[in-house]
Parts: sequence; C-alpha cells; structure tokens
Amino acid sequence: MSAGLLTAERLCVAIGGRDVITDVSFALPRENLVALVGPNGAGKTTLLRAMSGLVASRGVLTVDGTPVASLTARDRAKKFAYLPQGHVVHWPLPVRDVVALGRYPHGAVDPARLSRPDAEAVERAMRAADLDSLADRPVTELSGGEKSRVALARMLAVEAPVMLADEPVASLDPYFQIEVLGLLQRAARGGALVIVVTHDLGLAARFADRVLVLRDGRLAMDGPPAEALGPGPLADVFRISAFRGGQDGQPVIVPWAAV
Amino acid sequence: MKATEAVRTAGVTALVARAVGRAPVLLLGGLVVLLFLLSLGIGPVRLSPDVVATALFGGGSEEQRIIVQEIRLPRAVLAVAVGGVLGLSGAALQGLLRNPLAAPELFGAPQAAALGAVLVIATGLADVLSFALPLAAIVAAFVSVFVLLVIAGRNAGLLLLILAGLALSSLAGAGTALTMNLAPNPFAALEISFWLLGSLEDRSIRHVAMALPFILAGGAILLSQRHAFRALSLGEETAESLGVDVSRLRLAVILGVALGVGGSVAVSGTIGFIGLVGPHLARPLVGWDPARLLVPSALVGAALLTAADIAVRLLPSTNSVRVGVLTALIGVPFFLYLIVRERRALSGGVG
Repeated sequence: MSAGLLTAERLCVAIGGRDVITDVSFALPRENLVALVGPNGAGKTTLLRAMSGLVASRGVLTVDGTPVASLTARDRAKKFAYLPQGHVVHWPLPVRDVVALGRYPHGAVDPARLSRPDAEAVERAMRAADLDSLADRPVTELSGGEKSRVALARMLAVEAPVMLADEPVASLDPYFQIEVLGLLQRAARGGALVIVVTHDLGLAARFADRVLVLRDGRLAMDGPPAEALGPGPLADVFRISAFRGGQDGQPVIVPWAAV
Repeated sequence: MKATEAVRTAGVTALVARAVGRAPVLLLGGLVVLLFLLSLGIGPVRLSPDVVATALFGGGSEEQRIIVQEIRLPRAVLAVAVGGVLGLSGAALQGLLRNPLAAPELFGAPQAAALGAVLVIATGLADVLSFALPLAAIVAAFVSVFVLLVIAGRNAGLLLLILAGLALSSLAGAGTALTMNLAPNPFAALEISFWLLGSLEDRSIRHVAMALPFILAGGAILLSQRHAFRALSLGEETAESLGVDVSRLRLAVILGVALGVGGSVAVSGTIGFIGLVGPHLARPLVGWDPARLLVPSALVGAALLTAADIAVRLLPSTNSVRVGVLTALIGVPFFLYLIVRERRALSGGVG
C-alpha cells in the first residue's frame, strides 16, 4: 500500500462500550479531497473525530508516520484542523479575531499580538475565503453563508496538513455549497488532505477525488467517486438509485429513487 | 506586495487597537484608586485626601493614623479584593459557559460558601482555628460550582444553568437556616444572620491576612486561563481541536472561583450580584472578547463594591445598612433587566 499522509489500520471506536466504528483501514495521501459519506447513524462524525484524535480509538492511526495517540494536544492541533458540524461563535467577536484563533495551536493565543508569520497566515485564510471586507464586523451579525466562510477561514488559518470538516455545506444555498467546496478543493490542491463529511452525494461526486462510504461503522467502499458511488454501492448502502451522467470530466450523480 | 500591505495595515490596526484597548483599563484602574482613597477618608470622621495620604504613610496625628491604617485600610483593601475577585469570577464563568447570565451568585456559590462558614462559626471551630473559616467556605463553594457544572454538562442552555443554580442556592440556604434554627442561643443566631447580610465593617488586618491569599490565588488561576476562554468562544469541540484541554479548564475555573468566592465570603459574608453586573458593565468599554474582559470586569467589581461600601457610610440611618443588602438591591433589578434582554434565549428552552 502506498504511504499515505493519514493512515488507519483496523481502527475501532467504542462509545458506551459498543463499537461504533469497526476495523476501518485506509491510507489517504496529500493533495486529496476525500468525501466521507454514509447513511444516518453510520458513524461518519465519530470516524472524523477519531481521525483527528479528538476521541480515543483502538488500532493504529498515524499522521505523517507518527502515531496520532503519541502527539501532545498542541502538536495534534497543528496537524489537524477541525470544523465541527453546526459550528458556532458564542460572542460577537470581530471576524479577524475569530479567524486568528486558527493560529492558537501555533502559540498565537492573542489576536491582538500576532507574530508576522501568524498575521500572514490569517491574511491568507481571510483572502481565500473572501472575507477582507468583513474583517472588523462582529461575526454574529453575518448571514449564514458569511458565517460559514468565517468558520472555514478559521480552519484554513491553522494551515494544518490535514483538514477535517463535518457537514460544512449542510445549511447553505447552492451557490455557497459550491463556493465552500471549491475553497476546500483549492486547499487540497495546495497540498492538504481535506476530508469532508457530507450527505450530498452529488456534491461528493462533483468535488471529491476519493470517496469513503461508511455503513454501520464499517468501510463499505473506498475509491474514486464513479466507483465508490456506483450503482451497486448506492443500492446496497443508501438504498437508492441515481441518475448518472458526466460534465467537465466529472461524474454527475443525482439521487433519483428509493429502491 | 498586496499581501504585505494587508499585513502591515492589520499590524497598524492591531497597534491602534492595543493603545485604545488599554485606555478603559487605565481609566477603570484610576477609578478604583480614587474610590479606594475616598473610602479611606469617609466615615464618622471625615478626612481630606491630603490627610489620608499623610496618615497612610505614617504621618499626621496618632488618631488619624489609627483611623486610616487600622480601621479604614483593611476595609478598603477588602472591598477592592472582594469586589475584584467577584467581578473576575463572573467574567470567568461567563467565558467558560459562553453565557452572559453566568455568575457565582446565580450558581449558589456564595450561598454554599456561607453555609460552610456558618457551620464553622456555629460549631465554634472558627474561634479555635482562624483558617477553618475560609477553608470551609472554599470547600463548600468548590462543591457547589462542581455540582452545577456536572449537572450542566457540555453544552448547557441558560434555563438549565439558572434552575440548577436556584436549586443549589436554595439547598445551601436551607442548610444555613437549619444551622441557625439549631443554634445554641439566640445571640449566635443573630450574629450569624447579621454576618450573612454581608458587610465590610470593622474588619481588621487579621481578616485581610485570612482572605487575601485565597483571593489572590483564585484570581491568578482564573487569569492564567484567559486565552482558553477566547478559544472556547468557538465551542468546546473546536476549542479542543485547537489544543485546549477543556476538562482541565473547567477544573481550573471551579477552583479559581471557589478560592475567590470562598475567601471573600469568609470575611465579608454574602455579597451578591457584583459577579453578574461587573462583566456587563465592562463589555461596553472593552468589547465581547472573553479574554480581554477579565481584568476590566475585576476592576468594575472592585469599583462597584468600594463605591457601595462608601455609600452605606453616607446613607443617613440609625442602623448602618449592610453593603451586601445594598448590592443586592441594585443587582436584582439589573438581573431582571438582563432576563428581559435574554428573554428570547430563555424562552427557547434548554437548548
């Protein structure tokens, strides 16, 4: 197997004494946008949290060849940028300060006193998410789409080799869904491994280089979108059939009927 | 080129923000010093500022020295320390729970500390061991805040916190009432009940020595966590992904609040609502950043309690009004105002 940036061997996660994730193995390389899909309750969020080391797991999980379990909290935070589902900012902080929190793992704990490299990383993230004009606005006053961009910029600002986003486009209109995934795709092209949990198989097919299909805590499929989201897996795992096509060299999948 | 420009602009903005950002702190610090000096001059014998200053540093008549150094100085020091740590505790709890209605007094911490202290007073242990009083208050405050946070869980809503706080303070109140009920003689009960009203009157340097180390330790613990509060603005999961040990942070806050509130209650009785009001008055001056809010909240708390303690000396009444009664009279309407302001979040249920 080729050396991946993030590899798992027989990864298991138990919650309340029951295995929610069972024997998951993969090797995910850099410069990849990976979609993690599966029916409700398949364990997507749990697997994502386990990948980032936020929940304990059994088996072997390594990043860059280092066991994730052996990392300190701070080193782990530098390797993995994590965007939870339904991300919120609890106080009306200015956008720039929220984005700057992405530099927290690098020791930049105070947004008012960023070092030059930290300030530059924040600026890069702000520009990537097109937030320059909103820099001083309180984040709580922004629209849903703008808030998502702020959350995303906060994750980008970590400049971690692995980025994990849980349903980053779930509550967005189509324009912002495409914007946000395009942004994550560019981050992947820039050298990162980006893993995105999503329910939207169409967007997964459109943007992902690779798709992991999870069913009942086990990896059912692992491959390029056309294969992992082929008619067989869709019927088996998702109990649906889909309209299939292609555009710009990308597979097009539109869920069509329950089977 | 453009990137460098943007960074430079951001740098300049940050510098300006820093200079402007310090102004409220300096202003509040100045206010606390002013009130502190005023507090040394006001009482049955009014002393002018220059007399206060001379007496403070060992000049003036012996009478003036005794009034300033032995009678009023401990009281003024305690007002600043107790008010400060209460304001700081309120800001820290609000930062931890990401909730503007968090405060030690709403969570039953002072009431629990009072119960601990009252038990020690009623059993006569306080007369034997002077440190038993603050220790009992601190342990009781620790237990109450710990239990509250256990009930609250990871993402508690406003309603859950307030209800749990109400239950805990009622329980502590009932325990205190029982202790008074079973008091050996009416004088002991009277002494306890007056002490419960909260006052800084007739405190000596011995009281300062008893409370100040705990208050300072609590304050230092809370301040040391300030940056974690900022990361916590993004929720516990994100904060953890940024490298914050949230469980340790919770424990640090519980410990800091318990030390501060317990140490305070041990010498001043229950003085309420400074912890709730402090952060709210500080926010218009310094903004919402929970890290930058801590010191200004402490200063506002110190100024509030010192001002209230001066006010009770000025109020014309035969029996001196206790400062704890005054802060509650001012604080409760403010609390009601906050409830009205947060009405939407409250009626939204526990979520």
